[in-house]
Amino acid sequence: MIKNPVKKDMLINVGPQHPSTHGVLRLVMTLEGEIIRDTEPVIGYLHRGKEKLAESRTYTRYSPMVDRVDYLSAFFYQGAYCYAVEQLAGLSVPKRAEYIRLITMEFNRIASHLLWLGSFLLDLGATSPLFYVFREREEIINLLEQLTGQRMMYNFYTFGGVKKDFPEGWIAKALELCKKMPALFDEYEAIITKNPIFLERTKGIGIMSPELAIDYAITGANIRASGVELDLRKTGPYSVYEELDFKVCVADSGDSYDRYMVRIAEMRESTRLIERAIELLPGGIPEKLRVKRVNCGCDKQDCRYCGFDTRLAGKKVNPVVFKPPAGEATAMVEAPRGMVMCYIVSDGSTNPYRVKWRTPSFSSVQVLPELVKDKNYSDLMPIFGSLDVVLPEVDR
Amino acid sequence: MNFNLNDLFIVFWPVVPFIGVAALLVFVVIFLVLMERKVLAWLTIRKGPNRVGPGGWLQTFADAIKLLFKEDIMSCQANKLLFTLAPIIVFAPVMVIYGLIPFTEHFIAINLAVGLFLVFALSSVTTVGIVLAGWSSNNKYSLLGGMRSAAQAISYEIPLVISVLGIAVLAGSLNMLDIVKAQAGGLFNWNIWPAFIGFVVLFICSIAEVNRIPFDLPEAESELVSGYNTEYSGMKFALFFLAEYSALFIISVLIVTLFLGGYTSPLGFYLTQIPVLIHIEQAFWLVMKTYAIIFTIMWIRATLPRLRADQLMAFSWKFLLPLALVNLVIVAVWKVVV
Repeated sequence: MIKNPVKKDMLINVGPQHPSTHGVLRLVMTLEGEIIRDTEPVIGYLHRGKEKLAESRTYTRYSPMVDRVDYLSAFFYQGAYCYAVEQLAGLSVPKRAEYIRLITMEFNRIASHLLWLGSFLLDLGATSPLFYVFREREEIINLLEQLTGQRMMYNFYTFGGVKKDFPEGWIAKALELCKKMPALFDEYEAIITKNPIFLERTKGIGIMSPELAIDYAITGANIRASGVELDLRKTGPYSVYEELDFKVCVADSGDSYDRYMVRIAEMRESTRLIERAIELLPGGIPEKLRVKRVNCGCDKQDCRYCGFDTRLAGKKVNPVVFKPPAGEATAMVEAPRGMVMCYIVSDGSTNPYRVKWRTPSFSSVQVLPELVKDKNYSDLMPIFGSLDVVLPEVDR
Repeated sequence: MNFNLNDLFIVFWPVVPFIGVAALLVFVVIFLVLMERKVLAWLTIRKGPNRVGPGGWLQTFADAIKLLFKEDIMSCQANKLLFTLAPIIVFAPVMVIYGLIPFTEHFIAINLAVGLFLVFALSSVTTVGIVLAGWSSNNKYSLLGGMRSAAQAISYEIPLVISVLGIAVLAGSLNMLDIVKAQAGGLFNWNIWPAFIGFVVLFICSIAEVNRIPFDLPEAESELVSGYNTEYSGMKFALFFLAEYSALFIISVLIVTLFLGGYTSPLGFYLTQIPVLIHIEQAFWLVMKTYAIIFTIMWIRATLPRLRADQLMAFSWKFLLPLALVNLVIVAVWKVVV
């Protein structure tokens, strides 16, 4: 037989300017026909030196930069950073502030998952869901804008609390939105979950075994879809999650479809969590709290209305003199994409000596070559999309 | 050499319908692009184009003018001859098909005894152009798109033609006018009733034929950037665009002609009795039915995700082909019994 003179493999360069690499990921792929034989992710196109920048800034001035690590879930990065600094400086947070943090974080989680849902289906070729998720995301963002004055980069948490209390009428609006949301999720499920083409494209595609997921340090919804009940809100509770009752959403097969199902279930769970947190909010809604404070007027530490737990912003730190004692602190938060860790080393000066971020998308990108190996090129997008990677977070 | 006016008329008469067809085609495409954007906007809770002209009606004209003035970029590594030829090969057959369709009883440019056969023969030529475009661009995405198009064409053309075969059996003719005339006399004489399965098969295959979601694999945006036309710009791209939308229109007209009674009235009688007005009414019925089909295709585009290449092939070989054969049997039995 004559040896085939034609080279069988084709090297194809997906990105960094490709419509569906979610930013600027570059994948160097070796294709044989349309079968993916090898993938090499190239990252770093969006590296902004977030960790190094911290060393030349005071603790307070670094705070707004933290939002930009992941523009879709800014609250979680702020949260991780603030918990780490609070741990370092030994600040305690009033309970009311913790509840405000929790409510805002959960709203942010829904917004982030919604955007993921839209872009995931866009990758699969369905254009409409993108517009529908933006409709709902817009409402959440408007709500958060009323609270923080910002739509995406909130810069809302401070060391020892949050910047301000809920404005008047905010809670009513939030509850109204929470009531509306499950019906909207039903709407998505009606058009997506049972869709035969969607099932065909995602069921059994990109199966991630629990062992593989653990090996690659996958966290968040991606590992929960593989059947590992790893949710920091449950397993290593921070904030006030211990006081709230919620279930960890898991699925067992670990394919793209399960990652979709877990995220949908998580959005539902988050709405319930917000409703419950608003019920338990120490001091109740802001209008009533103000009246009760005026009538009470005791200003004792253990008072239900004037005490520490309902005092909103804890310590207002002065950036010039805020010097946490030398030492190190680690804080972990369950972000929409997985586990976010902030590690700070302090040398006792106004600037952090070292800040290290652990971002979940970084691991998700690393596992991609394993998942797409020997799959059809068309399967790249259902797999990559379902991992919910945000590139700024990978590169930091 | 002495020509009289009559000779000239005989020589040039066949050209006239073609000019009419070309004008119709451009008009149809310009309207369709706008309709698509408006319908998609409506289905995805947006406003759609609303700035150029009243209610955005002139948006497509603005786009067309923009495309005309755009720089025509060609990669220096591309095969220049084939790169230029490809959009023409894609576009020309579609234009010829326009001449083969009876838009009213007399508005048919070329009335052939084997019209139906020629329509489907020509419509497969388009694929050659797409493969050429993919190959000559010297771009890996384009190449993948072109190859997918070839694979797709082989899979869906066979059930497509077999489902159409049922129509030839029902009408006893391959002439397009005869096929329509056999369906005259109202809603219940349409071919859709005996050949309903064929209608479904043809409808699905038509979406694949015009490369639309869920079968838009050759230009799958999220995978292949823009597929076979990634490297095209300016007027060459406009030709692809023109071909795509005119193919969408013509395939809908074909579905209507073959299954939904073509230009005949669904009521069984014409509302007007004056000969000239009857023609206008026939065109009206055809356009109404056609746009109902086009709207459905757009609706599907807004709803469904895209299939994978091998899934499409499995679908057409294992599902559509047996269905088309079943349809042929049913139609043959119907023809004998009724």
